[in-house]
Amino acid sequence: MENQKNIEPQKAADLLYQMLLMRKFEEKSAELYTKEKIRGFLHLYIGEEAVATGVIQTLKPEDYILGTYREHAHALARGVDAGAIMAEMYGKQEGCSRGRGGSMHLFDKEKNFFGGNAIVSGHLPMATGMALASKKLKKGNITVCFFGEGAAAEGEFHEALNLASLWKVPVLFVCENNLYAMGTALRYSHSMQELEKKGQAYGIESAAVDGMDLLRVMEAATKAVDLVRSTGNPYLLVCNTYRFRAHSMFDAELYRDKAEVEEWKKRDPIPQFREYLLKENLINEEQIGEMEERLKQEIQKAVDFAEAGTWEPEEDLGKFVYTQNSAS
Amino acid sequence: MSEMIKITYREALKAGIREALTNDERVFLMGEDVGRYGGAFAVSKGLLQEFGEDRVMDVPLSESGFVGAGIGASLAGMKPIVEVMTVNFGLLPMDQIVNNAATMLHMSGGQINVPVVIRMSCGIGKQLAAQHSHSWEPLFAHIPGLVVLSVGTHEDARGMLHTALEHPDPVIIFEYTSMLNREAEIPADAGPMDISLAKVRREGKDISIITYGIGVHKSMEAAEKLAEQGIDAEVIDLRVLRPLDEKCFLESVVKTHRALLVEEAWGSINVSSEVSARIMEKAFFDLDAPVKRLGGVEVPIPYPLHLENASVPQVDDIVNAVIKILRP
Ligand SMILES: Cc1ncc(C[n+]2csc(CCOP(=O)(O)OP(=O)(O)O)c2C)c(N)n1
Repeated sequence: MENQKNIEPQKAADLLYQMLLMRKFEEKSAELYTKEKIRGFLHLYIGEEAVATGVIQTLKPEDYILGTYREHAHALARGVDAGAIMAEMYGKQEGCSRGRGGSMHLFDKEKNFFGGNAIVSGHLPMATGMALASKKLKKGNITVCFFGEGAAAEGEFHEALNLASLWKVPVLFVCENNLYAMGTALRYSHSMQELEKKGQAYGIESAAVDGMDLLRVMEAATKAVDLVRSTGNPYLLVCNTYRFRAHSMFDAELYRDKAEVEEWKKRDPIPQFREYLLKENLINEEQIGEMEERLKQEIQKAVDFAEAGTWEPEEDLGKFVYTQNSAS
Repeated sequence: MSEMIKITYREALKAGIREALTNDERVFLMGEDVGRYGGAFAVSKGLLQEFGEDRVMDVPLSESGFVGAGIGASLAGMKPIVEVMTVNFGLLPMDQIVNNAATMLHMSGGQINVPVVIRMSCGIGKQLAAQHSHSWEPLFAHIPGLVVLSVGTHEDARGMLHTALEHPDPVIIFEYTSMLNREAEIPADAGPMDISLAKVRREGKDISIITYGIGVHKSMEAAEKLAEQGIDAEVIDLRVLRPLDEKCFLESVVKTHRALLVEEAWGSINVSSEVSARIMEKAFFDLDAPVKRLGGVEVPIPYPLHLENASVPQVDDIVNAVIKILRP
């Protein structure tokens, strides 16, 4: 890891904290899943944290974010309350989507966080449309849309990129290439595997970056976001990364070698960044110790909040189908 | 009563769109060939010249992409009128409509509104054969979260769009290609129409003919013929296929004690199936005869005119069915 940019010690500590929060939060979620506190699908982002952290830290609060079903980390990075996320995964009405969405459908309108979208690639056209609205309304904000490399094989990826470029709208497409779409490796889903080149077909500027290296992601994201903001044009940023855990909690991981996973773990973005900060004297062991204590408390607080949460009464089932009967 | 003017269904639709574009800067029309071509059926002819290409946007062939973009634009403060050229192409954006537009309010626990309006022309009648003659209103009417309108009259063609654009939830409007050239009189100052109620188009005491879309005209014609034979039929235009205004048709059945349900969509599992079931559930003891349905024959619509005509209920079929019920 090289120091591309000088980084303030406070910012460095915040970023490390954020990545650790994502990691510990999800480890806790996996544990709660085995205890059946969390049910349904649970997709963990463990291993990919540098991507959401690096991209989202460059954004302004008024920018729109759309994520996939693997979006806990993005929501955390956006500042959605960890307790509200945990409560959502418990299905409690104190959750960020009132428990109606669960792990795959985290929403927070105030934070401009638009899901939590679980039809692969289905949110890409919406992202283009949101950016179109920003352009028409001269809002000056941008839209950032996260998706996997599997999603880039869907027709909607191609339609959304073509439209975004045709209309010249301010949207940043962030492809999180973790090399697998469930069990299908990149080489089995893409005829041409340098995904960033797909931008060229639509006249969209693009770049690929090592998604395991937070500083590199930050640098690439800053450049991309600045460009989208200043030109109003779309951009495709491919972050090459790896998911350390199974696709979801139902996955026996028959499609890859344990050795391959272990090899990638050597590049774990979190220890990598921590070592770098220590080496550069941007943080010390004592501060890290304090940080871990704070993390423990924040996560416990989130779990307590979810545990104390309440179930929405069954009589309310019909709410939120139409606005008219949605008053709470 | 105000002055009446003669107008075609096409002109009525256009007047509605034109008014919407004039009244609200946030409204824009997007669809394939809505601009330079003048609209596949000339509904939007001249609007590009009048409002410019930001307000009347030609889009490429990418139904999923641009319908999704319309949904996204509505999330971000615009009021898009998205035109899908015909319902026959409506399955490509079906995922966007069902999984995004119809779910977002609910998945977000009531936070996110999707005030998009999607217009589709539909229906049989120009020997366009199996892939271009669909009556798929029931497919969309099946989806909770959508408001589904059927434009059976010129007044509704003129005034439903206005109200649809004010609705906070996604509205699908079905327009009937075979009615475009049909002339009718509407008040010169016709304006917004309600989009929550069914309407009695002709009062009668002997039987309730419950229908929508092009079926309204066929049923009105049939009712005139029946009157010559001393039968006084009531004709109900459902107008809103979801959520159904059951009060209207139940009251009618309670009055007439008989019901004939008419529509062009394939005969089983269509809108009439639902209407029939509700009559059984809620007005069974008021019936003097079994409910009868006249729907489309369950074949892909054939090309030859005589077979096309035989595929959907015609005026004489309605007349004969009524006579059979009343004079068995
Ligand atoms: C349209 C659609 N097809 C299939 C699925 C089932 N599915 C869920 S996630 C997934 C893999 C997606 O892989 P990728 O886009 O690379 O994202 P990742 O899960 O690796 O983050 C599949 C096939 C789905 N949710 N939506």
